[in-house]
Amino acid sequence: MIKFLLMVNKQGQTRLSKYYEQVDIEKRPSLETDVVKRCLSRKKEECSFVEYKDFKLVYRQYAALFIVVGISDTENELSIYELVHNFVEVLDKYFSRVVTQIMFNLDKVHIIIDEIIQNGHIVETNKNRILAPLLALDKMAEAH
Amino acid sequence: MPAVSKGDGMRGLAVFISDIRNCKSKEAEIKRINKELANIRSKFKGDKALDGYSKKKYVCKLLFIFLLGHDIDFGHMEAVNLLSSNKYTEKQIGYLFISVLVNSNSELIRLINNAIKNDLSSRNPTFMCLALHCIANVGSREMAEAFAGEIPRILVAGDTMDSVKQSAALCLLRLYKASPDLVLMGEWTSRVVHLLNDQHMGVVTAAISLITCLSSKNPDEFKTCVSLAVSRLSRIVSSASTDLQDYTYYFVPAPWLSCKLLRLLQCYPPPEDGAVKGRLVECLETILNKAQEPPKSKKVQHSNAKNAILFEAISLIIHYDSEPNLLVRACNQLGQFLQHRETNLRYLALESMCTLASSEFSHEAVKTHIETVINALKTERDVSVRQRAADLLYAMCDRSNAKQIVAEMLSYLETADYSIREEMVLKVAILAEKYAVDYSWYVDTILNLIRIAGDYVSEEVWYRVIQIVINRDDVQGYAAKTVFEALQAPACHENMVKVGGYILGEFGNLIAGDPRSSPLVQFNLLHSKFHLCSVPTRALLLSAYIKFINLFPETKATIQEVLRSDSQIRNSDVELQQRAVEYLKLSSIASTDVLATVLEEMPPFPERESSILAKLKKKKGPGAVSVELEDGKERGDYNGSTPSPSADLLGLRSAAPVSGAAPSAGSLLVDVFSEAGPAAASAGVNDDGFLSSAPTSAASEDPAPPLPESDELLNKFVCKNNGVLFENQLLQIGIKSEYRQNLGRMYLFYGNKTSVQFVSFSTTVSCPGELQSHILQLEPLVEGGAQVQQVINIECLTDFVDAPLLNIKFRYGGALQNISLKLPVTINKFFQPTEMAAADFFQRWKQLSQPQQEAQKIFKASHGMDTEVLKAKLLGLGTALLENVDPNPENYVCAGVIQTKAQQVGCLLRLEPNAQAQMYRLTLRSSKDTVSQRVCDLLAEQF
Repeated sequence: MIKFLLMVNKQGQTRLSKYYEQVDIEKRPSLETDVVKRCLSRKKEECSFVEYKDFKLVYRQYAALFIVVGISDTENELSIYELVHNFVEVLDKYFSRVVTQIMFNLDKVHIIIDEIIQNGHIVETNKNRILAPLLALDKMAEAH
Repeated sequence: MPAVSKGDGMRGLAVFISDIRNCKSKEAEIKRINKELANIRSKFKGDKALDGYSKKKYVCKLLFIFLLGHDIDFGHMEAVNLLSSNKYTEKQIGYLFISVLVNSNSELIRLINNAIKNDLSSRNPTFMCLALHCIANVGSREMAEAFAGEIPRILVAGDTMDSVKQSAALCLLRLYKASPDLVLMGEWTSRVVHLLNDQHMGVVTAAISLITCLSSKNPDEFKTCVSLAVSRLSRIVSSASTDLQDYTYYFVPAPWLSCKLLRLLQCYPPPEDGAVKGRLVECLETILNKAQEPPKSKKVQHSNAKNAILFEAISLIIHYDSEPNLLVRACNQLGQFLQHRETNLRYLALESMCTLASSEFSHEAVKTHIETVINALKTERDVSVRQRAADLLYAMCDRSNAKQIVAEMLSYLETADYSIREEMVLKVAILAEKYAVDYSWYVDTILNLIRIAGDYVSEEVWYRVIQIVINRDDVQGYAAKTVFEALQAPACHENMVKVGGYILGEFGNLIAGDPRSSPLVQFNLLHSKFHLCSVPTRALLLSAYIKFINLFPETKATIQEVLRSDSQIRNSDVELQQRAVEYLKLSSIASTDVLATVLEEMPPFPERESSILAKLKKKKGPGAVSVELEDGKERGDYNGSTPSPSADLLGLRSAAPVSGAAPSAGSLLVDVFSEAGPAAASAGVNDDGFLSSAPTSAASEDPAPPLPESDELLNKFVCKNNGVLFENQLLQIGIKSEYRQNLGRMYLFYGNKTSVQFVSFSTTVSCPGELQSHILQLEPLVEGGAQVQQVINIECLTDFVDAPLLNIKFRYGGALQNISLKLPVTINKFFQPTEMAAADFFQRWKQLSQPQQEAQKIFKASHGMDTEVLKAKLLGLGTALLENVDPNPENYVCAGVIQTKAQQVGCLLRLEPNAQAQMYRLTLRSSKDTVSQRVCDLLAEQF
């Protein structure tokens, strides 16, 4: 299963974190720092999967944005790697400039993630269906 | 796309976020945040009721602050209020806050549950989804209790919207993982399995996670999912279906769902139904074929998605391990990936091949890639890929390629990353042992290992090489020669010295014929390393020296000279000093025969599982050494770790095979120098030592009455001699005692637990008339944190009931402390065990048949009735436990003689446990009525 998903900038600051396994709030910053340090320090030619404690990290970089996913060994690494891309494509489809926009629309990014991953498992991969609730929401807001 | 910041966007929030982003320093950021927190707090506390919009805005800000890594300790109530809002955005922010910030233990759960209940029954799909998300994210037991019954109904109901079904499936999964006892599928099972057939791919994707988890826990109940999964997979793979909607990703149909279906199938053995199996094999072949087809897109996403499915299919093929054709094809495919330019693929291929190597069908096919893998080990730039390559080499190793692989791994070790060295060392050691045809190769390998990576060679590794050398006499001479050569190196690792010391001590004679390695040369070589080594190694070397004296009488004078030197015989380390003194004495007083017996060559170790393997297994978890399990002869209990052979040549520590001539370490010393025990010698006490037990003048007050719990304390020590006698906030008293005949010696350790010194510290012992005690007085000052030791000698004149009283007085910060305790001296301490046969026992039992000679008690067990514990206690009592005497094997009989100065009292004991009633009957017979009664009383408290 998926244990957590982090969106981190190049300086290592967490922009968004989503945990699917209970991790104490006090422990999160240190876990995140540690995880991010491991991924950010890797070179291009190194592989995108990092063994970390008793699980694996799958990470992918988009310009200044890193997305890191922690998974248990029952997950397929490549499929998670592509899931990240699928997620970014959804963000891309919705926001015009992903990196800055997501900062101001964290709630919407959360909605998108919740449509893709629930409770540590992939629930939806169809881009249109992932965005449907959010679009409905926007329509509601416009109607006001 | 709609403009994002319009509509319901919260301006205040946007401003706050850009403020934070514009902060130049961490301090400025913290300042801005604190200001905002104060503002929000005052709004929440203010008199004016906030409207939904403001609440939402502030809760949102709190959320943002939390995500920046700051602690949030308020606002929960406002978030809960938002849940009951009718506006979606407010409700959603409320749920978001709760999902992120409220953990299962929160007190708010009750309120949250109520809001969720309303939303679940609202029939509004978006509200239902929000509620389900929240249940899944919090997932507490209380939530499970409240909703576990409701969710399966929502999941399978015909009129439930697809998106709600998806959420319900994963919500249920979460509850099942948290509280499996509360989620009962029962009647729902079949309808849940049939979700695999759902038209909607999203529903299938969600449901399959639930089904996979449930299947792995109850495979039989969910068996029907296999055929459904196969047909679903087949429809996707052959792209025959038109229901793929928008689930195609870069020309790959439903990659994530395919992976999940393949993963679900790995919960089961190959399908028994021929048709299903045929269809599945067809699918797997199609997947393998597609890997060879030209890509439909140049995009990396396309090949990644395709390969994700491929790797999952290969996992399934390996899991089945029954289709040789598919296994070999899988292996070839992975072989191609080994040279792929994508690091990710090389990594995954190595990992996957590792499991493939353990299959008998593909082992040979995997072996053909050895050169590529060795190359990967040498040239990969990513350590995690090299690690995989090393794992794969380990997995593909067998007799035919062991020498090559071990050599490659050894040469890799010289440059290997520190993080993986220890594991590599273990692996090399295991392979070397497992595939050793000639053991000289094995010895060379291990010595190389120590040379190259000595710091990473754990105890287990060098213990093991010694076990093997001792057990195989064909390699002993070679081993001696090789270690001798290895030790010539100017700087050699301490582990090498250990192995060298042990092996030369045992088998140095095998190479002593050569003048270049004559006994004296060997000794000088070892001794040249002595001063650079740690204490345990020096101890081992000392043992090697005494063995030398036995092997080569001509070295005796030299070695005795070394042992006699001050740096040995007065070494500050007790262990080294003791060894030096003992060995010197042993070598000068024992006859050659005695010496030869005591210092005999070590007998072979019993054949056991390699302790190294156990260690590797512990390190990596089960599965890591699965390769070994394939090998018939290695099958066995891996968990039984091997007790290490003692590093001690004489086997003094392990109750070892040396015959009766060698007494155990502790008592040896006491025997040779019978007056001063080891502890007394090192305690540095004053010479004016032994005072009588008369109270000393230091204390003006009368000794306090004994502590109320001191009888209990006394009972604690009836069957044992060492432990903590007393402890309060200031003082801890530990005790060690030993008894011989009618004499006892106690070492009391007074520990000052405070940081302040105790002044006027004095102790007195008052004995009943039947005992006599000598107590060695202490210095009146005990520094803070210090421990002082006191020796008390006790003589038993005749049998007794009352224990001696120990009174301790000292001043702690001006206040007088006055403590009295019973010293744990009980009559049974003076027992000498007596072994006797059944006939003798019963004869004596009959002789002691007068009523007053017998004492009997029937009592309830106050502890468990475990056999081993009982035996340990009876042995602790001091008597001999006689086996096969009582006709009823459940019963225990013991015999012993109590030694007092006045007389000896023979004593027989019988303990009859009744496990059913949890009762014991204890019978004591002795030649003296008071003794019977006392021992009986004492012992009755022990069970």
